[in-house]
Amino acid sequence: MGRVRTIARRSFLIGSAAIVGGVAFGAYFATRATPNPLLDGLGKGEAALTPFVKITPQGITLIVPRADVGQGIASTQAMLIAEELDIDPATATLDPGQPHQAYFNAVVAAESLPFPAWDHGFVAGTVRELMGQVARLTSSQFTGGSSSTADLHETLRLAGATARETLKAAAAERSGVSRGDLRTEEGYVLLPDGTRIPYIELAAEAAATKPVTDVTLRPSSDWRRLGKPYRRLDIVAKSTGKQDYGIDVVLPGMLHATVRANPGRGGAMAGYNSDAALAMQGVRSVVEVNEGLAVIADNTWFAFRAAEALEVEWLPPDYPANSAEMWQALIDARTEEFRNSRLRDDGDVEAALTSATEIEAQYRTPFLAHAALEPLCATVLVEANRVEIWTATQIPAVVRDAAVEITGVDPSRVTLHALSAGGSFGRRLDHDYVMQAIQIAASMPGTPIKTTWSREEDMAHDFPRPLHMAVGRGAVAEGRVVAYDLDTISPSLISSWFGRIFIVPPGPDTMLVWGAYDQPYAIPNYRVTGYAAPPMVPIGSWRSPGACSNSFFHESFLSELIHAAGADPLEERLRLIADADSRRVLEAVGEMSNWAGSDIGPGRGRGIAFAHTHGVPVAEVIDVTLTDRGIRIDEVWIAADCGTVFDPVNAEAQLTGAAIFGLGHAMNCELTYENHAVQQTNFHAFEGMRLHQTPKMHTRLLGQAERVRGLGEPATAPAAPALADAIFAATGQRLREMPFSRSVDFA
Amino acid sequence: MDLTINGTSHTVDLPDDMPLLWALRDALNITSVKYGCGIAQCGACTVHIGGEAVRSCQVALADVRGEITTIDGLGTPEALHAIQRAWIEHQVAQCGYCQSGQIMQAADLLAHNPAPTDDDIDAAMSGNLCRCGTYPRIRAAVHSAASAMREA
Repeated sequence: MGRVRTIARRSFLIGSAAIVGGVAFGAYFATRATPNPLLDGLGKGEAALTPFVKITPQGITLIVPRADVGQGIASTQAMLIAEELDIDPATATLDPGQPHQAYFNAVVAAESLPFPAWDHGFVAGTVRELMGQVARLTSSQFTGGSSSTADLHETLRLAGATARETLKAAAAERSGVSRGDLRTEEGYVLLPDGTRIPYIELAAEAAATKPVTDVTLRPSSDWRRLGKPYRRLDIVAKSTGKQDYGIDVVLPGMLHATVRANPGRGGAMAGYNSDAALAMQGVRSVVEVNEGLAVIADNTWFAFRAAEALEVEWLPPDYPANSAEMWQALIDARTEEFRNSRLRDDGDVEAALTSATEIEAQYRTPFLAHAALEPLCATVLVEANRVEIWTATQIPAVVRDAAVEITGVDPSRVTLHALSAGGSFGRRLDHDYVMQAIQIAASMPGTPIKTTWSREEDMAHDFPRPLHMAVGRGAVAEGRVVAYDLDTISPSLISSWFGRIFIVPPGPDTMLVWGAYDQPYAIPNYRVTGYAAPPMVPIGSWRSPGACSNSFFHESFLSELIHAAGADPLEERLRLIADADSRRVLEAVGEMSNWAGSDIGPGRGRGIAFAHTHGVPVAEVIDVTLTDRGIRIDEVWIAADCGTVFDPVNAEAQLTGAAIFGLGHAMNCELTYENHAVQQTNFHAFEGMRLHQTPKMHTRLLGQAERVRGLGEPATAPAAPALADAIFAATGQRLREMPFSRSVDFA
Repeated sequence: MDLTINGTSHTVDLPDDMPLLWALRDALNITSVKYGCGIAQCGACTVHIGGEAVRSCQVALADVRGEITTIDGLGTPEALHAIQRAWIEHQVAQCGYCQSGQIMQAADLLAHNPAPTDDDIDAAMSGNLCRCGTYPRIRAAVHSAASAMREA
C-alpha cells in the first residue's frame, strides 16, 4: 500500500550547521530517486537544511515556521520539538524563522490532488508523494489546509531528537563518558555521577560535533507532554493583553497609513482629487497603490478620516454588477462547456433515475467574508538596499518575493517578522495588503509605516468564499438511497486564488468539488460533477474551502433522499459507508447523543451530518428548539478522528470553534453585491454567532485513525447541514439556501 | 488634554473628536486595546472609564470623564486578576484578539453581579464578538472567575 509520506519517513538524514555563537539542528528531507521528471535537476542527496532548534549560550530558540492564526500551532510545533529535545518549551524562545524552501509544505499540495483523502490506494499515494516533492521545489511554505500537524509532526520530533543526541555527543566528548550512558532532562545533560550540564553551555561544543543521525522517535507511551493537557504557550499573553499581533507593531518614527480601494474590486481608477484630504490635520501624503489610493498620516484615525475625504472616480470591474446577475452566471454555467470534473461516477446514474421517481432539489450558498477580527495590516520599512516587514501571513515566501518584486532588493535583504494573527480563516493566504504596505513604505524610504485597513475596507475588499450552487437528483427504492447525482457550480477557486499568489496548476479544480466527490459513501449509482463558472469577483480560500458549501449541498440532499426512503439518517449513512474511520465517528456521535432518530419531541428537532474533509471524518448531531423568539440551537455533539492527538485542549477548541464558525455563518452571514460593490460594510450586517446563541457542545476525538491530520477546519463543513437537518426535523421546512436567516429567525 | 490611564497621568495633544481607542493605540502605544470595527459592534476595544465598561471606539477624547482602565491595569502576567486566571485555566483564547475586550466586559459584569447565571452572562457578553468561536469557554471562565472572586 502506498501511503502519503512513506518515502519521507524513511529518508530523513540529519544535518547541522554551525551558526555564530551557537548551533542549529535540523533534519534533511533527502531527495530519493522518484519517477517525477521535475526532480531530475536536483541531483541525488540534494536537500535544504531545515533548522528548527538553535542553541546559544544565551538560550534555546525553537523555529516554528507555520503561522499561528489562532489555531495554536505555534505551541504545538514547539511541543513536538520539545518532547524529543527534553526541554520545557515555556523556557525557549519561539521564532517563526525566515521564509525558506526548507519549510515547504508537502501535505497541502498533496491534498489538492483528485483523490479522496480516504483513498489509500497505490496510485493515490504515489501521486501524493510526487506532489509533495513538487511542493518542495516550489517552496510552498503554506500554512493552511489543516496541514501543519500532519506535515510536521515527524519532522519536528526528529529535529528535537537530533539536537538532543548531538548535545549528548558533545557532553560525551567533554566528560569522557560514553553517549549511551548519558541522559537528558529539562534542558540538561545528566552524567552518571549526577553532574548536570546545561544545554546552553554545550552550544559551542555541539556546533563542532558531528550530528547524530541514528535517532529514533520515542513511542507515544513515553511522551511526557504530547497527548496530555498542557497550557498553550501564548495563553498568558493572550489573557493579559500582552500578545503582539501584526497590528500592534510600534517603531520609532513610525507613521500610519490606510488604503481606499475601488469598491468594485479590480476596477481601475480614472482619476482623483486629494486636495481636501491633504489639507486635513496630520496628513503627510497620498500615494497610488494597487487597487486605489493610500493616505499616510500621523495616526490611523487621521488616515481613516482623510481616506474618506478623497474624491475618486472609479471605473467598474469586468464582473457582473449585482448578485442576481452573478447567480444567473452560475445557472448558465451548468453546461458541457463549463464542465470541469466528474471525479465520482459510480454505477449508472441516468439509468437508475429513469427507472425510479426522481427527486430533485437546488441549493445555494453565498459569498462570505473572512472578517478576521484583526483587520488586515502590515508595517514596512524600506531603505536603500533592504526591506523589513512586520505582518501576519500564511504565505511568508510569497510576501518576501513581493517585496523583491516591488522594491528590487535582493531576496537576502528582505527581513520578515511574522507575527501572530488576530484570526485569518484563510484570508492571510493572500498578500494584497502587504503589497500595498510595501508600496506605501517605498514612497517614503527610511520611515516605517504601518498600514491598517478599516473594517469597511476589510469587508469591501475581501477575497470572499465564492457563491456556490448545486442541483441534486436522486432516487430511493425499498427504503434505501439508490441513486445520487450532484452538479456543483461555482467560479474556480483554484484559478482565482492560485492565479494571484502562485501558478494555476493543471487539471481539474478539485476544491470546486471538495466535500462532495470525495465522500466515502458507496451509493450504487453515484455521480458528482463540477462546473467552473466564469470568473467574477476574485475569490479566496475560506475555512474548509469548497467543502464549506459542498458538504451543505451533499449532506442536505442525502438527508432529503433518506427522508424520502423512510430510513433512519444515522443508520442509512452507516449502511452506505464502508470506511472504518468514518463509521466509527458516526457510531460515536450516535452514542454520545443517545441517537434514536430525528424526532425528539414537539417543537424540537435533531439533525445529523457527516463530512470527510482534510483527511478527517467528522460527524455532528444538533438539537434545536422552536422558541417564541425563533430557533434556538440547544446542543451540538461532534465526533472526529484525526489520528494521534498531540494537543488535546487545543484540539477540542478547534472542533468547537470550527463548528461555531460553520453554524454562525450558515445562520446569518452573506455578502451581496450591488453596483459591483459589497453591500455589507461591517459586523452589524455580518454577525456570525454571538454568545447568547452558543449551544452546549460535546466533543470526542477517537484517536484511532492511522494517519495524523489537523483540526483547524474539519468540523466546519458538517455544521451547516446538521443544523438544516435539525430545523427540518423541528419544522418540516427544508432550508436549501444560506444564510438560513433568509427563511427563519434565530433566537 | 489629560488622561489618567491605569493610575498614570498622560497628556495628549489631539482633536476633541478623536476616539479614545486611537489615542490609546497610536499616541500612547497602549496596544492591548484592539480595533475591530470602529462602530461598537465587536467589543474588542472595551476599556473601563470610571469603572464602567465602554467601547473606546465610541468615546471622543473630549467626553472622557474619569479614570481609564485597560486590561493592563486589571492584571499582569506577574499579578493576574482572577478573571485572567480563569481565562488561562480554561484556555479560552484562540487567536486572542477579542479577549482583552471580553475580559474587560466580564470584569464589568462581575463587579455588578458576583454570581451571574448563564442568562446574565449572555446579556452582558453578547456584544463582544469572537470570530474564533471561544464562547463555550468564555461562559465557563466567567463562572469560574465569579466563583473564585466570591471566595476571595
